[in-house]
This record gives sequence, C-alpha cells and structure tokens, in this order.
Amino acid sequence: MVNHTIGVLALQGDVREHVVALESLGCKVIEVRKPDELELVEALVIPGGESTTIFKLAEVFGMTEPLRKSIASGLPVLGTCAGLILLAREILDPASGQQSFGGLDISVRRNAFGNQNDSFETELSVSGIEGSIKAAFIRAPIVDSVGESVEVISTLPSGQIVGVKQGKVIGISFHPEIYGDARVHQLLIDTI
Amino acid sequence: MNEPKSNTGSPLVKRGLAEMLKGGVIMDVVTPDQAKIAEDAGAVAVMALERVPADIRAQGGVARMSDPDMIDGIISAVSIPVMAKARIGHFVEAQILQSLGVDYIDESEVLSPADYVNHIDKTKFTTPFVCGATNLGEALRRITEGAAMVRSKGEAGTGDVSEAMKHIRTILGEIRSLAAKSEDELYVAAKELQAPYDLVCEVARTGKLPVVMFTAGGVATPADAALMMQMGADGVFVGSGIFKSGDPVARGKAIVKAVTFFNDPDVLASASRGLGEAMVGINVKDIPAPHRLADRGW
Repeated sequence: MVNHTIGVLALQGDVREHVVALESLGCKVIEVRKPDELELVEALVIPGGESTTIFKLAEVFGMTEPLRKSIASGLPVLGTCAGLILLAREILDPASGQQSFGGLDISVRRNAFGNQNDSFETELSVSGIEGSIKAAFIRAPIVDSVGESVEVISTLPSGQIVGVKQGKVIGISFHPEIYGDARVHQLLIDTI
Repeated sequence: MNEPKSNTGSPLVKRGLAEMLKGGVIMDVVTPDQAKIAEDAGAVAVMALERVPADIRAQGGVARMSDPDMIDGIISAVSIPVMAKARIGHFVEAQILQSLGVDYIDESEVLSPADYVNHIDKTKFTTPFVCGATNLGEALRRITEGAAMVRSKGEAGTGDVSEAMKHIRTILGEIRSLAAKSEDELYVAAKELQAPYDLVCEVARTGKLPVVMFTAGGVATPADAALMMQMGADGVFVGSGIFKSGDPVARGKAIVKAVTFFNDPDVLASASRGLGEAMVGINVKDIPAPHRLADRGW
C-alpha cells in the first residue's frame, strides 16, 4: 500500500473524525489551515462543520483562491455536509457573503431537512461501496440539481440526491466519519 | 418532501451536531441584529437569551427562559444553529424550547435554577442539551442524564477567565488521573466521582469525555479563547465578552480567528490588535460566594 499524504481542511468542524478515518487507511494526514500546507497534499477532505464559518476563515487567511485553483486543476477532494456545500457551484440559500470553492457542478440547499430536531440517522448505498453505509444527516444539505458531467452516487429512498462525484471531486450530505467508517475516504484515495 | 425520519434524536445525532461545532465560537446574542453580527463574524452558533450574564449579574432578579418571540426572531435572522437556555430542572421550559425548534438547549446555571435537587431528564427530548460542569463527576452526571455536549462553566458575566481555567484544568486533570488508574481502582473512582461505573470505565479507557467539551464563563479576548483551546477545549462560548465590548464586530471576528489558530502566536498577536475596549469585567475574587453562578448545579 502506498502511503498517501492527505489533507483535512482544519479551519473548523469535525476534523478529528476525518483524521482518524484517513489514518485507519494508512494515510499520512496534514491539517491544512494555510496555503503552503495545501501544496503538500495529494488529496483534501473538507469536513463537516459550519459552512459559513469555514468560508469566512478561508477568506481571512487567504485560502479561498488557492483552494479554488487547486480544485480546478484536479486536486482530489471529498466534502462531507458543510464540505459538500463548499464544493457546490451554487448555494441556493447562502448566508450573506457566503460563497463556495467550486468543483461540483451542482446546486445545494443548506439545512434542507430543517433544524436539529429533524436531523436523523439512516443506512443507504453509495456507488462504488459494497453493502450499506451508516449515515448521519445533521442539519444536512441536499443536492437540488446536478450538471451533465456529475454522477449521482447516493440518494435517499425519497429520491433526494445526497452523494455526487465529478471527476476527482466527491461530495456527500452526510457523515460516515462519525461512525469511524473510512470507505468513502477510500473512494477519494482511489482517484489519486 | 417526505424523507425518512426514523432515527431523529438518537444519541449519535445529538452528539453529532456538537462534533460539527468543534473549533468554533458560540456567541451570546440578545437581538436578531446581534445574531446577524455574530453570524457575519463567523460564529458556529448563537445562544439566544434575553440578557447577557453580565446584565443578569448587574440587574439581579430571577432569570428565566427567553421570550419565544425573541427566540423566533433570532431563528429567522440566521442560518447557523440557534441555542437557547432553560433553567436547571425546568423541563417545561425545555419542552417549549424544543417546540420552538431551537437546535440545542443549554440547561444553564446562568439562569435561576427551578429545581435545587434534580436536573432535567434530557433523554426524553429530541433536541440535544449542553450542560455546564465544574469537575469530571458533574460532567459525567450530566452525560448520564442525556447531555450531548458539556461546557466547563467558568464564571459567567465576569470577563475573568480564571474560573474557566480552574474548571477545564480540573476536568481534564481528573480524566488524566482516571486514565492512569488500574481496573480494580475504578470502582472506588466511580464512587468518589458520584458517576456511573460504566461511564467512568469508558472515560478511563478512552482518556476523554464521550461528548464534545467547550469552555465558557469569562472569555473576553482572543488570547483568552486561545488559552482555552490550548488547554484542550473543543471550542469556546463567549457570553458577555463580545457585545459588552467596545467593538463587537471586530472582537467577534478576532475571537473566531484565535480559536482556529490557537497555536499560532503570530496570528494571535495580529488578531489581538485594534479591538477597542474589552468588557470591563469583575474579578471573580470580588464576588461573594453566594453570587457565584458556577456553584449552581450539582
């Protein structure tokens, strides 16, 4: 097994869970907060958290443009929940001034299921992963529409899109990492 | 839209939201305008309340759950999670907050307790709870009652970080000493901590609490926030420290930066510049013991 060096964008959110998941796959993990740290990684995970907070911190610390450029030039990226929002071409209901880094030709809706009382756990399937995967949806977004080159890799029984892949960029609405499940991280590593 | 809602309110979903708030700042706000300022400054959540602790302390009287209209106003003003406080043991205030659709309920010593013996049975609620603690036993009792997040109490409304320091040192120190014990010592440890044996064993084995722990009570500057993070907090609540300061916008942003870059003195130095007046504050030592909020809850 090649020991890949994978970054976790560590501005805010459930960084620790992603670090643990990646380490369980034998990866060397770098917590990325600054542009020079981004240059060291072969792939990047954007964790769950508050997408507004993560974007504002990225702006303040000069990370937005380096992230946009890296993603546009083919850096493999996995975004979960807030990370999915930050990868979307369009956020349908942004907080004031909130933008994204791009990478996925999709539009997303934040907090699409409602407030925390509507957060839930379920099991679902993801293309490329055998068997079902436990998924926690926590004030989760959904993918409202996808462009032609986007592959839908996971949906809820209602048909709502909760997982997409475009080239080397993967976005999911939910959190497998809080169960210690690293199979979606393996999908990311497979794109390297 | 009918999506599956089978497993709402599970312990993992409740604890999970707190996991997503890690590395963030939760700010006390008393109006929708303040909530917007907090969101713009990069807060991961806001705590909606009628008076910040500094005013509760100054004005005295019984402090209760906020007016539902005010909470509704704050919920509609922002897209980040909204928390609100219920009195210790006041399960009906908590029922009302759940009905309003807040994202987290803080069973808080900052309000006047409604029950001097029992806390709320938090397992009965879909909405998750955060509770204060001054030591490990207290934290574990709250977790047993269903708290999905813990905050070290500090002394709210003072701008004096010394009690926050004492409580986080106590909690983390007690965890370290538990982790060093042999298995046959954990029975007595559970007795001394006044906490369930199984939970004590779990903490001894993992060396950490099973839920996220933020710190609160007296954080007023970026340096205070970074101090708490370097001590091992997962994030920070700032109560009176932002909106009782000279320039809440600048101070809010600076504290958010400090929590992310808590280990980078260069960033902390620049974040500490040009913030105007900090809240005036009161030294905890000057507050007579009966007026200390951290002593509420047991």
